[in-house]
Amino acid sequence: MFGNRKVSKASAPKNATESGGGPARVPSRRSLLVAAGAGGLGIAAGALGHGAFAAQAQETSTSDVVPFYGEHQAGIATPMQDRMHIAAFDVTIDDREELIALLKDWTAAIEQLMRGEDVGEFGATGGHYDAPPEDTGEAIGLSANHLSVTLGFGRSLFENASGPRFGLEGKIPDALEDLPHFPGDALEESRSGGDIVIQACADDPQVAVHAVRNLIRIAFGKARVRWSQIGFGRTSSTSTNQMTPRNLFGFKDGTSNLKAEEQKALDEHVWVSGATGKQSWMNGGSYLVARRIRMHIETWDRSPLSDQENIIGRTKREGAPLSGGEEFSEPDFAMPGRGGPVMPVDSHVALAHPSANNGVQMLRRGFNYTDGSDGLGRLDAGLFFIAFVVDPRTHFVPMQNNMAKNDALQEYLKHTGSGLFAVPPGIGEGGYLGESLFA
Amino acid sequence: MKLASPLHATVALSMVAMGLTGCTTNTPQADGDGSIQVTSTADACTLSSSTAPGGTVKFTVKNEGSQVTEFYLLAQDGLRIIGEVENIGPGLSRDLVVMAPEGEYITACKPGMLGDGIRANLALGPAPAGQGVSTDRAEKQEQATTLYAAYVKDQTEQLVTGTKDFTDAFAAGDKAKARELYPSVRMHWERIEPIAESFGDLDPILDAREADLEKGQDWTGWHRAEKDLWPPATGYKEMSGESRAALGKQMVSDTDELYSRTRDMTYTPDQLANGAKELLDEVATGKVTGEEEIWSHTDLWDFQANVDGARIAYEDLKPLLVDSDEELDATLQKNFDSLQKLLDQHKKGDGFAFYDELDEAQVQELSTAVDALAEPLSKLTAAVVK
Repeated sequence: MFGNRKVSKASAPKNATESGGGPARVPSRRSLLVAAGAGGLGIAAGALGHGAFAAQAQETSTSDVVPFYGEHQAGIATPMQDRMHIAAFDVTIDDREELIALLKDWTAAIEQLMRGEDVGEFGATGGHYDAPPEDTGEAIGLSANHLSVTLGFGRSLFENASGPRFGLEGKIPDALEDLPHFPGDALEESRSGGDIVIQACADDPQVAVHAVRNLIRIAFGKARVRWSQIGFGRTSSTSTNQMTPRNLFGFKDGTSNLKAEEQKALDEHVWVSGATGKQSWMNGGSYLVARRIRMHIETWDRSPLSDQENIIGRTKREGAPLSGGEEFSEPDFAMPGRGGPVMPVDSHVALAHPSANNGVQMLRRGFNYTDGSDGLGRLDAGLFFIAFVVDPRTHFVPMQNNMAKNDALQEYLKHTGSGLFAVPPGIGEGGYLGESLFA
Repeated sequence: MKLASPLHATVALSMVAMGLTGCTTNTPQADGDGSIQVTSTADACTLSSSTAPGGTVKFTVKNEGSQVTEFYLLAQDGLRIIGEVENIGPGLSRDLVVMAPEGEYITACKPGMLGDGIRANLALGPAPAGQGVSTDRAEKQEQATTLYAAYVKDQTEQLVTGTKDFTDAFAAGDKAKARELYPSVRMHWERIEPIAESFGDLDPILDAREADLEKGQDWTGWHRAEKDLWPPATGYKEMSGESRAALGKQMVSDTDELYSRTRDMTYTPDQLANGAKELLDEVATGKVTGEEEIWSHTDLWDFQANVDGARIAYEDLKPLLVDSDEELDATLQKNFDSLQKLLDQHKKGDGFAFYDELDEAQVQELSTAVDALAEPLSKLTAAVVK
């Protein structure tokens, strides 16, 4: 009944502060639930959340809200937002029920966050005056900004050196195999791996950071952040309505990326289906591959335009393949040029193209990043590569091996972080993220 | 050190050849308005004007045909190439900037890259004031590339001899001698690194670092020996005498192969200039960070050798550069000198300090000097191919 309504943060209840520090007089979410006759616990509550105050609140547009519930998790085929904050966690508890409780708490919070609401029962300002606010508050007054939060499980959640964890014997999907060492890898332990990953994307960086920050807070004592990364500009388009953005090499990236509109291709290359037995929990899910790729932007910037275009295989301004036409013209890898094909065989496009990779495609969802400088007067900048694939063994590893060996671009890249996560399917109201794994 | 691709050998050459085109879209037009528009189709090569002022001349070539095309500016004899732009895909545009004195020229489009192309006459008038163009650029180009070819030959000869000495000591288990020879012999490789790297099959087997390898790939070459001579404190199993001998034998034969392939190589001015830039890139990404020689810490030898190689290429090109961009020449001269002065501070006997002996401030200082040189050096190619 209140599901489509939304309280602007600015009008979040002030009662608590005005009441001189006593318990909040605002109706609690729980009491409203009862009043509304909602049968679900916890999670279903999220559907109402602060919407409960809608009676007094102005109605705001919901056009920038990404649906939370569904067959698949949000933040994969969702039209790509401009900003990202991603964090990987190590789970510090051993108890299965406690882990499930954490997932439920996270789910409730994510559902609220994605609607642009404060986290928790009382939000940022509605709680006891002598208690710290449930929500950290930096998103007050900001709308949902297309926030999506996506959760995935790393192999280390399922087992560690001493054996299976959380009673998850046999549940490790075959596809969740540790990535091999790729030529040139310079991975840093503190930027790699993790038991659980949470990817928050939004059009406003403050909204994405707010989401991750509050989820970290909820996890204290149960999971700690292993690494996190902020991305400031999308490097792919995942919808045909979006303009192709540029990476930090100045080139359009992701021209031939999978698009949300291409349902059949998504079913083939992104969504897991047909898994059986103990692995069937992944049906409707996907695999998230994360690679922190530092770019040697300084040496790149010194290379001639002719080299840059030949290394990428596209023109810089238009993004047309060197075999001619416009951005979305199909590259012609056979077109003869002086000294070989006009699309150089070691160009990035030639090596990344599905035709060079058994027809496999990835849904790329990477972001540009800069993380300060490196002490030698250079920016620590590059691409935080994220891709969603149906099976990394067929859809990522062979391509990455091929590119690491042959891609002319490799000279300007250094992979410093890596992660692989099994992203469980989406859920319906009353469910919690990852529930199929613990069913 | 990057692990160049096996594909790189052929492609590197074609790409370098492309560099000759000098596609410098952003080069400001010295005489203001006047670039010459060229439209290339299957059966026509249309120029917006058949006359133009000499000096720095810019052509914008649009391919309106369905095949890859090329555009050439030829001397009056119709043979000598003044400038060219290759590999223009259908629908794409490329710029060609050349320095050409007053005179008669021939232009040619080559749709499909076949035959003599579709030719026309072009008359260049006097260059605008202050834009004198010497008439002997071709001669100077020839001179530069001949000098550089001799340098590459000399360095590969020394590399062959040095590799034999090194591998003899290594195979014989004379570690002290091998450790002494390792950095100094490698300098011959590092001086001509862009040439060596252009052989995509030889580079990985001679110069791959451990991290460059694919899972299951054999590790051979200099850095394999490096790890054995400066082994990690724990968890490393020393090579047997037999495997040392085998490694040495392969290094010698691979180096012989490099030697024979470089005997008859010829170069173009843009290859020299790009090579110089690439050498500084190598310093910036591999040496200044201490990643090249992670076991021996002899990075400063490589550093010096890369700078040597870049300086030689620059000096060979100097007569061309002075002609086209005196200011750039002065900057390069100054920055080469400053970097060398810094390197000299770390000299020890015949060699250098080990890289792990440098403190953070010293590394920063070197890095700053490298960037200061590399940035103007990246403008060398466009200045000499004109």
